[in-house]
Amino acid sequence: MQAILAILLLVAPDWVVSLTRERRPNTFWAEYILWPVIQILVVLFIVLTLVAYLVYLERKVSAFMQARLGPMRVGPWGLLQPLADGIKLLLKEDIIPIKADRAVFIIAPIVSVVAALVVLAVIPWGATWATIANVNIGLLFILAVSSVGVLGLVLAGWGSNSKYSLLGALRSSAQMVSYEIGMGLSIIGALMFAKTLSMSGIIEAQRADGMWYILFQPLGFLVYAISALGETNRAPFDLPEAESELVAGYHTEYSGFRWALFFMAEYSGMIVTSAVAVTVFLGGWMLPGVTGTSLFGIGPISNPSLHTFLSIIVFAGKIMLLIYAYMWFRWTWPRYRYDQLMELGWKWMIPAGLANIVLTGIWYVLALPKAQGGLLGFMREVNKRLVPTGWGMVYFIGTAFIVTIPIVWGLLVTINRRSRDFNLHDQRQLQMQLRRERLEKMLQEQPRPAEIAGQ
Amino acid sequence: MQDQQLAKGQETLFDAEEMVLNMGPQHPSTHGVLRVILKLDGETVVGLDCDIGFLHRGVEKIGEHDTYAMITPYWDRLDYVAAVSNDLCYVEGVEKMLQVEVPKRAEYLRVILTELQRIASHLLWLGTHAMDIGAVTVLLYCFREREEILKIFEDFIGARLTAHAFRIGGLWWDAYPEFEARVRDFLKILPSRIDEYETLLNANRIWLQRTVGIGILPAEEAINLSLTGPALRGSGVKYDVRKAQPYSAYPDFNFEIPIGENGDTYDRYLVRMEEMKQSAVIIEQALDGLPEGPVMAKVPKIIKPPVGEIYHSIEGPKGELGVFMVSDGTGKPYRMRIRPPSYINLQSLKRMSIGHLVADVVALIGTLDIVLGEVDR
Repeated sequence: MQAILAILLLVAPDWVVSLTRERRPNTFWAEYILWPVIQILVVLFIVLTLVAYLVYLERKVSAFMQARLGPMRVGPWGLLQPLADGIKLLLKEDIIPIKADRAVFIIAPIVSVVAALVVLAVIPWGATWATIANVNIGLLFILAVSSVGVLGLVLAGWGSNSKYSLLGALRSSAQMVSYEIGMGLSIIGALMFAKTLSMSGIIEAQRADGMWYILFQPLGFLVYAISALGETNRAPFDLPEAESELVAGYHTEYSGFRWALFFMAEYSGMIVTSAVAVTVFLGGWMLPGVTGTSLFGIGPISNPSLHTFLSIIVFAGKIMLLIYAYMWFRWTWPRYRYDQLMELGWKWMIPAGLANIVLTGIWYVLALPKAQGGLLGFMREVNKRLVPTGWGMVYFIGTAFIVTIPIVWGLLVTINRRSRDFNLHDQRQLQMQLRRERLEKMLQEQPRPAEIAGQ
Repeated sequence: MQDQQLAKGQETLFDAEEMVLNMGPQHPSTHGVLRVILKLDGETVVGLDCDIGFLHRGVEKIGEHDTYAMITPYWDRLDYVAAVSNDLCYVEGVEKMLQVEVPKRAEYLRVILTELQRIASHLLWLGTHAMDIGAVTVLLYCFREREEILKIFEDFIGARLTAHAFRIGGLWWDAYPEFEARVRDFLKILPSRIDEYETLLNANRIWLQRTVGIGILPAEEAINLSLTGPALRGSGVKYDVRKAQPYSAYPDFNFEIPIGENGDTYDRYLVRMEEMKQSAVIIEQALDGLPEGPVMAKVPKIIKPPVGEIYHSIEGPKGELGVFMVSDGTGKPYRMRIRPPSYINLQSLKRMSIGHLVADVVALIGTLDIVLGEVDR
């Protein structure tokens, strides 16, 4: 049984792909309908199961960090817990508050989850056939669509007609909008090397350059990782749903499966941001030793599907590592306050992203081949693409770690030198005093009702 | 007019409207059934009112209807995370009225239990305070250590939470044989565990940003608000009932009173962490010098204190816990009045919160370490 399944798995994708390759007229259905639908169903099934098990994983990880056991009762080691949770959430009474805006209340979780799931289409899960749509602006598409997700939160906060939800929605809209900028800026440095926005293209570029971009762009990766935490509302930036302040933030009034949709959106958002980080900075589905023709020197392997499966495993492994880091942060750090979060976003992340772009640009122009006007000539042209030479790699890694990071750090400290003296409490006291004075003035100007009656 | 306001740096386009936010009584971080009515301008707090009384049980009135011995269990339920300390206050108050001399061994055991309770109470405070600020893991670590203390209590007293530890004139029982060894075992692990919390929090940038400079109370204001306990000592006032008006066996022990400098949330945190260490020092000394002998003084079966009135106070984990009793010579107090530290410390919340953000209010409720059982009585 398992052997048949394995053969099917290894042979079937190649067969379908070969159908599409031959481009006979009757393969239209196979190429544009059958194969994409299979891909979509498989990706959705796997991601949604993964989301359910990420919740389980989060509970287990937090439990082990907190000297507990976590879920243990449902199935062996609590492995069926996600299933039980899902059934419970489906069977729960669906409550819509009387004063809520019904239409908005219902649409909000849908917007949120759709925005989170649509971007799965362009993520390169593995080599060759494992991407649903290889869009040439994949990265831009992901950034654009995931920013629609914030609408879901805003609608939820507004539609619930609850003050906690409203505060949560206000916070989340401000937070996600500001951290998106940092996120967008942080990947531009890597795009200078890749020269493409296609997700598969970025991975191929890293293969051609012979280096993962995290080594060329350590600062970009750092800014991206922090901004991604903010973008997905994960601790220490989980203010929109800060449970100790806002009860549950924007989803305070939600229950049952609508609530589960928000949860799904959050966890698939984690998968997507991790997938982007893996694609742009960590070499995607590539691992030294796993190539199309051999596996750690064993080979030659001629089955392309085997390579694809291996690449999917590598990609998933890297994503899981990042998600583990997400969970690790969440259970270690306290939560930022709203103004501190904004300060971090606008005064540290965005300037750092901008400075990184400028400095990377300078290093890149200096390293151009001498024929193209560069000073150092650390790059050569291969297949009409500029690729760093051996010394070029040393140069790019060296400048990134030794020059860029200290310069940007110094710059940020200079920018924010005065902000440590900035006492928010005093500032607010001042504003409140002004406000009080204005109120008193208004009261003086308007004659009191008693005086009017006296006249 | 508009130009002048713009020059002042104010918004002029729209008139801001204040939002009233009802925080509690069912809210994850009001530490019970406290209702805080916040007036918000955006997220800035411009007004704050505390609505209390949701847990009112009329302990003071009950006191007028029950005999002296019957009142003791009600005291366990005042500050229900520090039941032993509450008992000590009441029991010593009655003993003061009766002028009973409690045996030395009983005094020492009382000190050991009370200090263990102080550590347990501070651990619970640390855990919930950190959780309010977002560090959830600290809570579970604190509960791990608190569990050890509760197990010691369970075997000694028979209860974990509302441990009815003392009776008028001494203790119910003598310590069980392994008591000393178990307490010593606990004291052995405690310092390393406190180090663990401190590595998680002390130099954590986010923790510092959330606590340093939040809710500053200068020493004068803290005294004017009649704060007591760590909340007062965080502002730099060296007042501790254990040293100021020594009671029980405290004069026998050497210990320090930690004080803060700036009176902000971080200083209060440091003070409480240091107090836990000092409590461990006191317990160590008490165990070393634990005398032999009876644990119960000779007390009449029916307690009828002479006519008169007393005020007795002890240093509870939350602050100065006091009892004022008037005896008319019968078996029941004529009037019993409790001075609950949580209730009085809570009054400073308004003073501290205004001008801060919603998130800080949560941190400030945490830093005051209130227990609603004691606030509402």
